[in-house]
Amino acid sequence: MDTYYDPSDLQQFGDVCKDAPELGKAFFDYYGKIFAEGALSGREKCLMGLAVALTVQCPYCIESFTKQCLEQGSTLEEMTEAAHVVTAIRGGASLVHGMQMRRMAEKLSM
Amino acid sequence: MPGSAAACTVRPDGVAPFARNLEAHGLALVRDAALTLQVNVGLLCNLACRHCHLEAGPARTEVMSPDTMRQVAEHARTHAYAAIDVTGGAPELVPGIAGFMARLAPLAKRTMFRTNLLALAREESRELLEVLVENQVALVASLPSLAASQAEAQRGKGVLDHSLAMLRRLNDLGYGAEGSGLDLDLVSNPTGAFLPPGQEAAERRFKADLARRHGIAFNRLYVFANVPLGRYRKWLEASGNYEGYVRRLADAFNPCTLAGLMCRTLVSVGWDGQVYDCDFNQAEGLPMGGVPRRIHELDGPPAAGARIAVGDHCYACTAGAGFT
Repeated sequence: MDTYYDPSDLQQFGDVCKDAPELGKAFFDYYGKIFAEGALSGREKCLMGLAVALTVQCPYCIESFTKQCLEQGSTLEEMTEAAHVVTAIRGGASLVHGMQMRRMAEKLSM
Repeated sequence: MPGSAAACTVRPDGVAPFARNLEAHGLALVRDAALTLQVNVGLLCNLACRHCHLEAGPARTEVMSPDTMRQVAEHARTHAYAAIDVTGGAPELVPGIAGFMARLAPLAKRTMFRTNLLALAREESRELLEVLVENQVALVASLPSLAASQAEAQRGKGVLDHSLAMLRRLNDLGYGAEGSGLDLDLVSNPTGAFLPPGQEAAERRFKADLARRHGIAFNRLYVFANVPLGRYRKWLEASGNYEGYVRRLADAFNPCTLAGLMCRTLVSVGWDGQVYDCDFNQAEGLPMGGVPRRIHELDGPPAAGARIAVGDHCYACTAGAGFT
């Protein structure tokens, strides 16, 4: 193995639970139901999936949800905005912790 | 030579030839009663879209002659079709097209004219547009995406704004308005190496977005997978997407699509009068019944039960919900 990530892993994802087939079946049944049309459309769920994929920085998920977003008719504008939502929340999450910094610094400062 | 896909790319491992795939499923693709006469009046086009299976463009010179137009009209008059569907290239650029449409329109219950919108927007198309309105010819207009970057990546710079302007003009003429008798349908092909979205959901979104952002109305949206032939195939090969795309199509093969495939009820006539089972077989050079024939040589529409010529490109029409 030359790299930790291999693109062909994605096609063989189903094999990952070979040694625990009942758990695997439960997971993939659940996964399939989650992405079916519901109160949220399949397209909306795929955009959310893309946002989470970018957040967890999973290359398999980024490949899969990029393709699924395009096949659901999402535009590059929408997908790019989803990436900015991720960026805003990740950046905002760091920035809001600045409040802890400020409280600590103010307590220690004259 | 444009039009005949060079067999320079091998079929991906594990993807069976389409004909063998049908056999493996115990299926055969055969004709039903012919309902639609599709007339491709030429490969000349003002655009050179990257997904075009016919490689139409401004440099092409192939257009239907007045004699062939006469033969097509005579065939349509003698053998009543439910629908006549005129396509190209850009049919607007073909000399004599306004008169041809005026002759064809009374011969079928529904007549359709495919347009890329920009060719119809030209001043030279004014007379044609009057004929289309007067004869209540349905317009089927290409609009791949409402995102400028994607629409223009497929069709060329500035295309989206011009398309939207022409759609507004068509709305002003009554096209797309309920009860006007002037149908305005849109066609969206994916702008890359991926399959189209579900038609109903995409139509809802196009209707909402076009109304909200541009004040445009239309009747129906059709979404079609791109067929890996012609210029699109060359792009797939050059971009390293051919194998993945063909595999994606084959993996999405849906035997249930066969009953509703448009090739079962279509007679496709090329610019030179040659007849095919569909426009894609025309691009691939696969004549109807395996024998090259021109429209005036047909005794009538092909008989139900006749076998349809197939190739690996047929995977595009049988993927997912299918090409109907």
